[in-house]
Amino acid sequence: MNLLLQQLINGLFIGSVYGLFAVGYTLVFGVLDMLNLAHAAIFTLGGLIALWLVQSGGVSLWLAFPMASIAAGLLGLLLNQVAFAPLRKRSDSQFSGLISSIAMAIIFEAAALGLFGARSVRFPVGTVPIHTWQIGGITITFLQVAIVCVAASLMVTLTLFIGRTRIGKAIRAVGENERAATLLGINVNGIIALTFFVSSALGGAAGILFGLYFNNLTPDMGRSIELKGLAVIILGGMGSIPGAILGGLAFGLSEVLTVAVTGTSNLRDAVAFAVLFVILLIRPSGLLGRGKTREA
Amino acid sequence: MEYLLQFYAIYGSVINFIGINALLALSLNVTLSAGMLSLGNAAFAAVGGYTAGILSVHFNLPYAASLAGGTCAAGLVGLVIGLPVLRLRGVFLAMATLAFGEVVRLAAVNLDITGGAEGLTGIPNVTTTWMIYLVLAGAAYFIAVLRRSRLGWGLVSMREDETAAASLGIPITYYKVVAFVIGAMLAGLAGGLYAHLNYLITPRDYSFFVAVDLLIYNIVGGTGVWYGPILGAAMLTALPEVLRGLGVTAGPIRMGINGLILLLVILFLPNGLASLFERRRSSAVRAEAE
Amino acid sequence: MNRLLVKNVSRNFGGVRALDDVSFVVEPGTIHGLIGPNGAGKTTLINILSGLLRPSAGSMKYKNHDLHRLAAHQMASIGIARTFQNIRLFPHMSCLENVQAGQHVTSRRSLLPRLFHLPSARREDRRLREQAMATLARVGLDDKAHYQSRNLSYGERRRLEIARALSLNPSLLLLDEPAAGMNPVETHEITELIGRLREEGGYTILVIEHDMHVVEGISDRVVALDHGVKIAEGSFDEVATDPRVVEAYLGTTGTERK
Repeated sequence: MNLLLQQLINGLFIGSVYGLFAVGYTLVFGVLDMLNLAHAAIFTLGGLIALWLVQSGGVSLWLAFPMASIAAGLLGLLLNQVAFAPLRKRSDSQFSGLISSIAMAIIFEAAALGLFGARSVRFPVGTVPIHTWQIGGITITFLQVAIVCVAASLMVTLTLFIGRTRIGKAIRAVGENERAATLLGINVNGIIALTFFVSSALGGAAGILFGLYFNNLTPDMGRSIELKGLAVIILGGMGSIPGAILGGLAFGLSEVLTVAVTGTSNLRDAVAFAVLFVILLIRPSGLLGRGKTREA
Repeated sequence: MEYLLQFYAIYGSVINFIGINALLALSLNVTLSAGMLSLGNAAFAAVGGYTAGILSVHFNLPYAASLAGGTCAAGLVGLVIGLPVLRLRGVFLAMATLAFGEVVRLAAVNLDITGGAEGLTGIPNVTTTWMIYLVLAGAAYFIAVLRRSRLGWGLVSMREDETAAASLGIPITYYKVVAFVIGAMLAGLAGGLYAHLNYLITPRDYSFFVAVDLLIYNIVGGTGVWYGPILGAAMLTALPEVLRGLGVTAGPIRMGINGLILLLVILFLPNGLASLFERRRSSAVRAEAE
Repeated sequence: MNRLLVKNVSRNFGGVRALDDVSFVVEPGTIHGLIGPNGAGKTTLINILSGLLRPSAGSMKYKNHDLHRLAAHQMASIGIARTFQNIRLFPHMSCLENVQAGQHVTSRRSLLPRLFHLPSARREDRRLREQAMATLARVGLDDKAHYQSRNLSYGERRRLEIARALSLNPSLLLLDEPAAGMNPVETHEITELIGRLREEGGYTILVIEHDMHVVEGISDRVVALDHGVKIAEGSFDEVATDPRVVEAYLGTTGTERK
């Protein structure tokens, strides 16, 4: 029983990181109806930049975290400027946007490789205070709690931002109907840029948390999460932020439980993708999704 | 002549890879030309490759039979997967096929008969460069002719506007399945050829990144003409060798160049490199017609 | 029978009754106008007739086929062709190619003879090309055969869409607002074109139109819908002066229509 509970807690932790990552993904999809496959690369760069700040800059993690997240957000702005904005007028903008995001992902990963080298690196010891708590036979570390708190607060902030603020409403308006939003006086280009900034900042933050959790950063660490992130947003429903959060948690839990049940990690991913495949067939709009999923 | 033999001795494997990649890129082109963003062709190559390999290694079938077996297996899987999956639009189809691809890859990693993560070994290396290019030529010819057939016209019409195409009598779902299966079989054939190239195949040969690479070959080369994917595959497979000759080894620069090429193409030459040739040709056609 | 029978057709969208028990008959070789204010259900009816939607109730018969049982792509093979309210051409194809694409049900273009470069294949290609050019000529676009369809003017694109529909060799043409958004010159051209089609004979045409001059100019009979219900049917004059039609278009303070 304790083991199960421990696994559940672990699943929760990794699930909250997945959720944070997926939220950025789904935000861009919800607003632009387009998949940003460079998100995972920005995730990686966020983590690496934070590491660099801590290691070479001697900056404390508390400062490095927001700084690196903002840097990731700026990368998102760059991404939008270079790869998406020029294509928005095209009739096949969904497809060409996808392709140019792939191109930027490759470029970003090359940059990560070039700037930080191919070896895996880790945060220096002492970056995060080490406390553990024992609650009824379950071990929880300070790091885990911190990750969940940070991820949760970011996700909640985002949900409130989108739901309650004027800018958030503008973002939703652009997502519903770009032309109508323009007619209402909304600066659509600015909103889209802001969306990319927020989405990428969150992605970068997720990368930092991920790097802290596994204490292992490589230039291609985004690859492992990229497909999972896609699976999460499908599961939760594309375009839905609560869906991404729920999907992330569900995914994290199912991952951890599959390993616990089968005893190996081999089938873990296979089960995840098989489930994803089935969901796409039965209910492509996911748990909470919106948007057309079948042909007209 | 001497020089050619020397060239081949050094670059033989690259030439082989160009051929295989071109064949795979062509297989993806069939579905792309119909407007379907299916990314499952690496998986179909895996099905074809592993089936052919297993038939050769465990059942000692002759090469041609193994190849045929692999091709048919891929086609069959394509039919089974295609029927439910082809109702999905755009990005969702892409993800369903990617998910399928991962399931296939992970099955290859976990099953005994496929040799697990180390792969399937001991496959007789009977594929020759001539064979690859013969098949490639045949496939290219087939695709070129397909475009001018009723099915080909239908596929392109579907890509342009599905609703209008249906109003013209084009059976959308049926044609999608046919295109999907043809693509799967070509990919399976390529997989079978590849399996018999180097004694061994591993699951990593058929990963999600390979699937994305195939898409990139098509985009860079151009999807509108039969030689577009071949051009893209040739260029991007040969590029690392060219760069190595210039002193650029694997690493960030090479990767960055790949990404940059793709970006420049999609921004400025959306119909791929082939459109450079086609532009000259179509103005010639117009001149002829006047 | 070559007449189009629409019988008690209804269609609901959730709580909205877009079509309510609509019935009428279109005699072969005639042009039937379908009018009604926006939201009357005209395009819904055409979508049902062309197989894009299923009726919630009722039936439609053409040439002994139950249309309500057929899928969209099966309509073409029994001779039904349509155009769309917001023009659905193939943008990256030339005019000629658009029309050639429309030859799907009338051509074979088999793969095997083409693989072997047989002369029969080349002959067929040539014949189809000539037919496509002839169709373009019928709508007055043969001089623009190699232009990309997206580069045509609005009126030209409507005519091209009609040409593509004609290349099906249809016997029933469903035209959804062919004169929409056109200036007087273009409107005149389209009206002439449809008139020519009637003269050539062999076509049964159902036209949705808002422009009353066009409807008056081409229709043998007119059906008027409002809020999904058929409110009038008859000759143009009969329908245009029907008080319920006047009220539907102009409200109860209606002035007399000319």
